[in-house]
Amino acid sequence: MRAGKPHRVLPGFPLALGYTLVYLALIVLIPLAAVFLKSTSLTWEQFWTVISAPRVVASYRVSFGTSLLAAAINAVFGLIFAWVLVRYSFPGKRIVDALVDLPFALPTAVAGIALTAIYAGNGWLGQWLQPLGIKVAFTPLGILVALIFIGLPFVVRTVQPVLEDLETELEEAAASLGADRWQTFYRVVLPPVLPALLTGFALAFARAVGEYGSVIFIAGNVPMVSEITPLLIITKLEQFDYPGATAIAAVMLVTSFILLFLINGLQAWANRSHGGG
Amino acid sequence: MGAAVATHWTVHSRRFEASAATREPAWVRGILIAIALAFFALFLLLPLVTVFAEALRKGWGVYFAALVDPDARSAIFLTLLVAAIAVPLNLVFGVSAAWAIAKFNFRGKQLLTTLIDLPFSVSPVVAGLIFVLLFGAQGWFGPWLMAHDVKIIFAVPGLVLATIFVTFPFVARELIPLMEAQGREEEEAAIVLGASGWQTFWRVTLPNVKWGLLYGVILSNARAMGEFGAVSVVSGHIRGRTNTMPLYVEILYNEYNFAAAFAVASLLALLALLTLVVKSLVERRGRQQLSVGEESGASA
Repeated sequence: MRAGKPHRVLPGFPLALGYTLVYLALIVLIPLAAVFLKSTSLTWEQFWTVISAPRVVASYRVSFGTSLLAAAINAVFGLIFAWVLVRYSFPGKRIVDALVDLPFALPTAVAGIALTAIYAGNGWLGQWLQPLGIKVAFTPLGILVALIFIGLPFVVRTVQPVLEDLETELEEAAASLGADRWQTFYRVVLPPVLPALLTGFALAFARAVGEYGSVIFIAGNVPMVSEITPLLIITKLEQFDYPGATAIAAVMLVTSFILLFLINGLQAWANRSHGGG
Repeated sequence: MGAAVATHWTVHSRRFEASAATREPAWVRGILIAIALAFFALFLLLPLVTVFAEALRKGWGVYFAALVDPDARSAIFLTLLVAAIAVPLNLVFGVSAAWAIAKFNFRGKQLLTTLIDLPFSVSPVVAGLIFVLLFGAQGWFGPWLMAHDVKIIFAVPGLVLATIFVTFPFVARELIPLMEAQGREEEEAAIVLGASGWQTFWRVTLPNVKWGLLYGVILSNARAMGEFGAVSVVSGHIRGRTNTMPLYVEILYNEYNFAAAFAVASLLALLALLTLVVKSLVERRGRQQLSVGEESGASA
């Protein structure tokens, strides 16, 4: 398009872009398109019957409900976590900071069996919670615990750099104008952090909705109660119900696309308000 | 800026702790630190400790026996094999995508960047399913593959494809912002001075982004070796043939062989810890590189 312009001094553009597009199409775009094309093998009515079956709807409720709650809990505690890491010094801080990324690095299946071992009736925490009437493992509460684990670094790592870059002058000005610490936090510190916090929340939510490995061990997978949507896809596949599995996958994909779109918008907002300061 | 990187943490907290206006009362500080550390211990530390404690519960003998079991060894080998294929392929892709996106202007650049990130927002289960739809017995290419006796699903190629998909964006998304921040002046100078395109790439671009590159490779390797959902769909769980380590952990666990399951899991946890150590080392180096890049970009 812009061939001949002076800044096209560097070589390799056609090769690099060509390779990028071919690889992207082969690995990502064509396979994803297969889901939507395969869904068209069902009539609209059949498609609707599959995706609105009571057991499937119950799984949406479990998946979206627990994901939303986990992301909200992570938003609150992730903000506190990031705040403490940026503002305070305490022994072991470097290790704590490095281990925040553990959920990114630890295979989900390992997290799943470890959390189950902790919260099962005879587990380290489970044996204390059980007599209190709190059952975590094999209930939706267990799913929540797994999703909190998976989502925490998304919030911390999105909020942390913004907190680090905050200038102290505004807070000092607020204090000298008579604001107390809470007012300063609420009116001065929080607004510039809010876009990043919402981005982190959305990232954690998006990851939680599709999460499989860490959840299935602790969920108990009781139909209508603690069965997540990704597991239903696997169940349908195991019954060789390919159209059914694909229909549910299409619903999940559309949800992912909407979330991706939303997150892109939030990130653009975060960059604007962050970069503008 | 380079000097500030080495003492990154202390400088930052001291900046806020110095003045009463940016400091909370000691009791508030204490409560917030206590909440953060309790959350940390409960959700991060406890699961990690549990993996090792459960793995060694029946002693070192059982532990090592679980790891040298032929099925365990073949799972370890398969995991290494899959990562050894998937990670380099995505590395080449990531470099190529970053070169095109960061060094050139073209229409649709933003869309392309978003599409590269797409696999991150797709559920791992769906990531596996798409390859079953393409290459499975009932899939588009299924009959053709069957006629030519090529197995992709329930075989190693399927595991590789699913792994490539889930680790697709890692290298590219590390390199694109880094190379964008560094601009193209250095490369242009090299070209003007008579270097060839490849010379410029190997001697100028690559040294400039090596830490970012390593960072992306480490993260994609960790994900490649630890992926569960996507490979679970395409694997078929054939013991000793198509079981990667995470899938083997699941099988052992479902057979109530907890000690062996946690023994294999502990290897994966060690890999995760190693990943985090290398990652924080690279982060410190890389931050230096990026900040230098930002400075030279800002001065241009």
